Amino acid sequence: MKDFEYFSASSLQEACSLISQYKDVGKVLAGGQSLITLLRQKLISPTCLIDIKGLKELDYIEFDKKSGLRIGALTTHRAIEKSPLIQEKYNVLSEMEKSVASVQTRNWGTIGGNLCSADPIGDPAPSLIALGAKLKLVSAKGERIVALEEFFTDYFTTIIEPDEILAEIQMPPPAPNTAVEYMKFSTIEAGIKIVSTSVAITVEAGSDVCKDAKIVMSAVAPIPLVTKKAAEMLKGKKLTDDVIEEAAKMAASETDPTSDVHASAEYRKEIVKVLVKRAIKKAFEKAKKA
Amino acid sequence: MNGSKKTINVKVNGESYELSIKPKMTLLQLLRNELGLTGTKQACMDNSCGACTVIVNKMAVKACSVLAMQVNGKEVTSVEGLASRDGKLTPLQEAFLEHSAFQCGFCTPGKLMSSTAMLEEMSDPTEEDVRRDMEGNLCRCTGYVQYLAAIMAVVRQRKEGSK
Repeated sequence: MKDFEYFSASSLQEACSLISQYKDVGKVLAGGQSLITLLRQKLISPTCLIDIKGLKELDYIEFDKKSGLRIGALTTHRAIEKSPLIQEKYNVLSEMEKSVASVQTRNWGTIGGNLCSADPIGDPAPSLIALGAKLKLVSAKGERIVALEEFFTDYFTTIIEPDEILAEIQMPPPAPNTAVEYMKFSTIEAGIKIVSTSVAITVEAGSDVCKDAKIVMSAVAPIPLVTKKAAEMLKGKKLTDDVIEEAAKMAASETDPTSDVHASAEYRKEIVKVLVKRAIKKAFEKAKKA
Repeated sequence: MNGSKKTINVKVNGESYELSIKPKMTLLQLLRNELGLTGTKQACMDNSCGACTVIVNKMAVKACSVLAMQVNGKEVTSVEGLASRDGKLTPLQEAFLEHSAFQCGFCTPGKLMSSTAMLEEMSDPTEEDVRRDMEGNLCRCTGYVQYLAAIMAVVRQRKEGSK
């Protein structure tokens, strides 16, 4: 690891002013569960780190019936997993968090750090996108809100500006007659993920008709892939097994996975089709009861 | 100056230290190289294997992937801090011995730290809970069955003790 200068910010304001000063050479450090490995492997070598992990003001989980859920960017994975509020109202997030890396990583790693590291196999992004998450990005100049769906641009790359800090993740209140499901496939339980998907299904009250759908697939493209065609196709249709099968096929055809030591591209494409089918079915069954 | 040393205050196994360190030092390097606490093992160094697991403010973390600067003001427990000063082992350590919950022993300190933190947090975990929570500690000799038995023995002991 190369030497770097280190600042521990004592407030978000101070962090913003430090990052605006050092934006060309600096990196923001949260839990560092991805960053420290990148530094050690010398994949990146910033000359300055601005440590925001200690900022209590960005560590919270708050819910309001009207405005929905707000999670501070420095909330740990473990806190989200264990939050009774999230278990009750956004259970898919709690379930998803159980499969993020290991307990040790979840204890120290933060949700904001995870999103900013923009790893295409990251677990949280697909479910958060399916839930309609937005991000609050702040800088010394002000703040802006962006949809998480628009956040990722390429492998390990986001639209975040060098002087911006992710402060908060926001989600609308749980929609009626809606369920969100997350499914992940790996060859061993705690191993590297081969593919995953998160599906949100809204049904017309008291019927089998799909009112709205969102299908997000991960590890099959440089960024979490939101399929427009398959989701559009489901809208207004009765969700029979044939329709679901067709949607899953369409979704898989939009993917562009790569081959690596864990799985071939063909295999990923095949598996994601099966996962999407199962996730639509499960979300549909749950939505009817929601 | 770039990379110049900074001072941190940290409590390790009950002892308070004031240390002047380079910001790039990891918690693992701090324990092993600065304090000579070599019970915490260095293995994969990429946040995978869990051999370097220690407890920071009651939470199990992987010491290879936490900067020492980030434990400033915090309490760290390494495997050396489990037994009491007169050498009395914890129930988990006793159970690991009794069940031969190791082969080469390299992953054992990490497993002890993870399971210690887990049993602090969960009063009555099921075997499934234990399997899940211990996912972050790999064993290359495949000694998973014995340590699972050891942990579950402690869980049963505690239940019987509280009756």
